[in-house]
Amino acid sequence: MDFNDTPQEAEYRAQVRAWLAENAAEYREPPAEAWKLPEFIRQSKLWQAKKHAAGYTGITWPKKFGGQGLSPMHSIIYGQEESRYHTPSGLYSIGLGMCIPTVFTHGNAEVIERYVSKALLGEEVWCQLFSEPAAGSDLAGIRTRAVQDGDEWVIDGQKVWTSFAHASDFGIVVTRTDPSKPKHKGLTMFIVDMKAPGVTVKGIKQMSGGSDFNEVFFDGVRVKDTHRLGEVGDGWKVALTTLMHERLAVGGKPRYAPGYETLMKLARGVDAPVGGPAIEAGDVRQKIAQTYINDQGIKLTQMRALSALSRGQVPGPEQSISKVVVAKTMQDLASFALDLAGGDGFVAGADADPELAKLQGSYLGAAGLRIAGGTDEILRNIIAERVLGLPGDMRPDKDTPFNQAVTA
Amino acid sequence: MNFDFSDEAKALGEQAMKLLGEKAGPARARAAMADGAPAYDAALWAELAALGWTAARVPEAHGGLGLGAEESAQLAEAAGHHLACVPLVSTLIATEALVLAGSGEQQARWLPGIADGSVIAVAAWSEPGAVTPATVKTQAKDGKLHGVKAPVADLAGAHLAIVAAAGPDGPQLWLVDVAAARVEPVETLDLVRRHGRLVLDGVAAEPLGTPADYQAWLDRAAVILAWESIGTAAAAMQMTVNYAKTRVAFGQTIGRYQGVKHKCADMYIKLELARAHALHGLAMIGSDGAELPQAAAAARVASLDALQYCAEESVQLHGGIGFTWESDCQFYYRRSRTAVAALGPRGWWADRLVRALEQRNRAAA
Repeated sequence: MDFNDTPQEAEYRAQVRAWLAENAAEYREPPAEAWKLPEFIRQSKLWQAKKHAAGYTGITWPKKFGGQGLSPMHSIIYGQEESRYHTPSGLYSIGLGMCIPTVFTHGNAEVIERYVSKALLGEEVWCQLFSEPAAGSDLAGIRTRAVQDGDEWVIDGQKVWTSFAHASDFGIVVTRTDPSKPKHKGLTMFIVDMKAPGVTVKGIKQMSGGSDFNEVFFDGVRVKDTHRLGEVGDGWKVALTTLMHERLAVGGKPRYAPGYETLMKLARGVDAPVGGPAIEAGDVRQKIAQTYINDQGIKLTQMRALSALSRGQVPGPEQSISKVVVAKTMQDLASFALDLAGGDGFVAGADADPELAKLQGSYLGAAGLRIAGGTDEILRNIIAERVLGLPGDMRPDKDTPFNQAVTA
Repeated sequence: MNFDFSDEAKALGEQAMKLLGEKAGPARARAAMADGAPAYDAALWAELAALGWTAARVPEAHGGLGLGAEESAQLAEAAGHHLACVPLVSTLIATEALVLAGSGEQQARWLPGIADGSVIAVAAWSEPGAVTPATVKTQAKDGKLHGVKAPVADLAGAHLAIVAAAGPDGPQLWLVDVAAARVEPVETLDLVRRHGRLVLDGVAAEPLGTPADYQAWLDRAAVILAWESIGTAAAAMQMTVNYAKTRVAFGQTIGRYQGVKHKCADMYIKLELARAHALHGLAMIGSDGAELPQAAAAARVASLDALQYCAEESVQLHGGIGFTWESDCQFYYRRSRTAVAALGPRGWWADRLVRALEQRNRAAA
């Protein structure tokens, strides 16, 4: 057993490392001041174009779509190396990670030709329009309508939790095209122009104070039938292609989130409620141990997956435990550490200690992470049903025509 | 990246799971609870020795196969899964001590017998009144041990005991010929695996390695025992999942209810976290890696957590039938206590994990 690269992997890593040293030098440190949106977009486009020219975009995509035709390990190695820098990241992750693979898997030759290479080059930004106010965990409960009108479709409805909708040029949208069919059957997916008349994007302010998502309203938005992805009524199947990619993307502990080291450092500097340094208190040490076991356990579980990928095998089902462990551990660690800091853990803003402020951010962010990309509850369902083979939940609306099911 | 068992170790594990699935398991464990039942299944012991399981970890120079801790882990997992009534895991962790710290002469004297199955070896660190491996009262004086070790797993029928006792430089391991000591049975919560009391009133003993070797052995033993617990926990989970697929309440199988299925998912989550750390422990043993202390302690704590959770919730999800004497749930439930007693409590190991992390931080600073 070892954690080493194969000779081929090591060679690729060295090549990536050398290229980054030369081309990402300006991103070695985080920007002095956080980028505002227009500057973030400008930086993202510059960086994407640079990567593209050097052959570090679409690493796992087939060559005929402009990709490099390499293995998932190559993509992972590139990602590991780039993550040592503070490069602008995120703007393209949904578009290139989820939307465009859906486009080249299910779109016709015309839309592939029109959209794929521009997206890969970073000239156009994409978003994914799936969730709705009444379609969250129950994602197939989509109510946004698309009605055919000649060789066009007319879309009316509302989407929510759409990352980067305000910065996007195009999106993939799941709509209901036949409400008389059961809910998984009457869906169809389209490519939509986010600048088209009738599209309105409104930012959502989260409880954390940040604003990473949007609501998107469709009011008589017209889409050509050529921009349909997959057959009419096959939207659920197409959406599953997209979500498969999401499950790989949403995994380990977010980079910004404090871990057990933060608690160790904090505990060396404060007294325990019962007296004496907190680092010597039994409950604090138990918490450090539990946090290590959870966070490091997920890291090691990911290494099991990488070992499988490195051998050209499919990773085992144990990957499914990642997010459900990481998000709750992040919340528990933050609340424990803030509790340990007493009133100082509660004071925010300019007067806050920077380390504690990070923990506060992590505490607020964790509440969202436990929901995003599958709630703790849905993920436990998935483990129980797909890994352990337990039967599915009771779904009274599963075979009922959507327009006759209870929806209130 | 090659963070997985070797194909050879996996093959041995499959062989062990298959054989023990046929020749061990809950029904055999139930038979072993009976009054007058033998201390262990001698026929099964002879069969697995003939297959080379006890020889796996023994170096070739001493009649063994010269395999690694990965193979021991696979055997321990299978033994734990099927509640095998043989002193296999005890002998495996004792072998680990001899391989790690034994002199050439000590290895030559004991390892060939372990390899061919004629020597059963056990580890004796526990003492009345001593909660952790760090606190031992048994003392060595002029090459003789004075004290009492109990409860010692698989002591009845054992030939060699690896004993933790205080020497001039602190607690360390000693080799004791069991025939020279007094052995008494000790009743424990585990009605399947026999435990005993080793009375040492001036019994001759040889030091096995150094106090540092004792600490290194604790880490290695913790990793092997973690795999045993993972096996037992997985069996409890599997039995519970199977039951949830067939038991009907309120007109449907109970596995459909989230109150049931989410507990099953949590069993799986705890098991996979334990597996990840226990695999890390094996990687560190195999490479003499500096992260062994933290990996071993994390494996120990995570595996105890997984076993306790799976055992407790397995009774709970079986409902009333799970609380009966006739249900197999009690084997896993009781075994979760055996696992704690085998090498010291969860809290001590969690603290040892943090000490390992602190030491690493100091080394990095």
